[in-house]
Amino acid sequence: MVGLEHYLTVAAALFVIGIFGIFLNRKNVIVILMSIELMLLAVNINLVAFSSYAGDLVGQVFTMFVLTVAAAEAAIGLAILVVFFRNRGTIEVEDVNVMKG
Amino acid sequence: MTSVPLPVLMPALPEILLAVGAMVLLMIGAFLGEKSTSTITGLAIALLVFVLGLLVVAPPYGTTFGGSFVLDSFARFIKILSVGGSAIAIAMSIGFARAEKFDRFELPILMVLATVGMGIIVSARDMIALYMGVELMSLALYVIAAFNRDNLRSTEAGLKYFVLGALSSGMLLYGASLIYGFTGHVGFAGIAASIKANGAGVGFVFGLVFVLAGLSFKISAVPFHMWTPDVYEGAPTPITAFFAAAPKVAAMGMFLRIVVDGFGPATAQWQQVVVFIAIASMTLGAFAGIGQKNIKRLMAYSSIANMGFALVGLAAGTAKGVEGVILFMTIYLAMTLGAFAVILSLRRKEGMVEDMSELAGLSRTHPAVAWSLAILLFSLIGIPPLAGFYGKFAVFGAAVEQKLWTLAILGIITSAIGAYYYLRLIKIMFFDQPVAAFEPMPMEQKVVLTGSVAFVLLFVVFGNPLIEASARAAKSLF
Repeated sequence: MVGLEHYLTVAAALFVIGIFGIFLNRKNVIVILMSIELMLLAVNINLVAFSSYAGDLVGQVFTMFVLTVAAAEAAIGLAILVVFFRNRGTIEVEDVNVMKG
Repeated sequence: MTSVPLPVLMPALPEILLAVGAMVLLMIGAFLGEKSTSTITGLAIALLVFVLGLLVVAPPYGTTFGGSFVLDSFARFIKILSVGGSAIAIAMSIGFARAEKFDRFELPILMVLATVGMGIIVSARDMIALYMGVELMSLALYVIAAFNRDNLRSTEAGLKYFVLGALSSGMLLYGASLIYGFTGHVGFAGIAASIKANGAGVGFVFGLVFVLAGLSFKISAVPFHMWTPDVYEGAPTPITAFFAAAPKVAAMGMFLRIVVDGFGPATAQWQQVVVFIAIASMTLGAFAGIGQKNIKRLMAYSSIANMGFALVGLAAGTAKGVEGVILFMTIYLAMTLGAFAVILSLRRKEGMVEDMSELAGLSRTHPAVAWSLAILLFSLIGIPPLAGFYGKFAVFGAAVEQKLWTLAILGIITSAIGAYYYLRLIKIMFFDQPVAAFEPMPMEQKVVLTGSVAFVLLFVVFGNPLIEASARAAKSLF
């Protein structure tokens, strides 16, 4: 029997993979965008699991909002990445370093 | 067929006006093309000033959207600050954008849209509205950070801001999903009622920490400050001025509302987190600012430290503390806009300069600017009787009242350490050999600088109504 905790475990695992994808990835900014997407999807699994467990629709409504915003976020991220690529000629994470901080 | 009555949308009138106005401006820009830039900039400022007037004269108090959006006197106060800050930031961007050749009409429109987001986050009373507001604000801010799209530093700032901002939104959301799961509510009132009834369980506290982490990114508090210096340095200066002012105030307003309104019964839990963030921000802001050479990076560390000071007031967890935070943020807004008016005027024929050493001898080449900046810096240090002292006094006073001695003492120590870099700037301006003079200051920057210095100087005489207004605003939260 698959219960709430299984869904939460999967979501937590995806979320952690997403965070690690952002911090450990040294190659490519596109991978970071994928990791961000993964984090948001983990949240969606969480919300839908809680919503179905509690029999409360609000969580699924929240998921719809998150999906919409995730699409907008990805669009803006790619647009910024394109203008960055035009100026720098590369999208390797190690090359995003004009300013040291 | 039953008819469903339309919800009363009046409390959201300022946001609706701004959003519709932004769409209209976008249409004008789309049809008239690039030559409409100055018209649109003017109209955007007029729109913000109109909404500001509406909020000051006839705020449509009330609750709407099924309780998820509220306009109370707290929201009104913060909105007045953020709308005013946005209007001033747009006004200060005109000359600079023209000189640096990125004066496209989308800039004021995006700033107005970011202001809509700020309005929503300070009014949001549930997680969904909060998240939508945060994203509306952040998505506009990511784009304007990279607005000078032919400039490598600007696009890099935009990229860094986007990646870290999206990460923080993800953490905020993950926290929100846990809180929803463990309390069964997304509305702040429901969350608070559930904590009161069932206590704060481990799952809830887990979610709370994630939400606070996401929020502290938006106010650039340690440990989520990494974006601040790079974005401040890379983004075009008027946009940095915008970032430092209005969004910070609005995000702090959102922080106050969610912890007081939503997590009020779990004060013991969030207090620990806020105390940690406050101490870390003050310390890092004070020490990391010391070695800086670029004045925009210096302002970034100064703003990190200031967010730490503001959170000291919140850590007290009382109405008095919230009042202190509101007052502190008001004064911070005035000082920051004034300081950026000076930074924006550091322009020679060959372009902008951002290095602190370029300020050398400013007191001889531009005495009025040097004295004004000196007054603002003394106020940032917190020297009485300037306004900055009263801001710090209010937040530290609230912490002392709650017996948070360590926090208050650390605050005063870091404040003294931070004084070093402000004083060094004053030393460079007044005692170093002058380098070449700057171009004369444009009119709009003169007005902003004069207003800011007048505010800082005269606060001791005319500050009372402001203190009373922030007390009223704080009371409406509790």
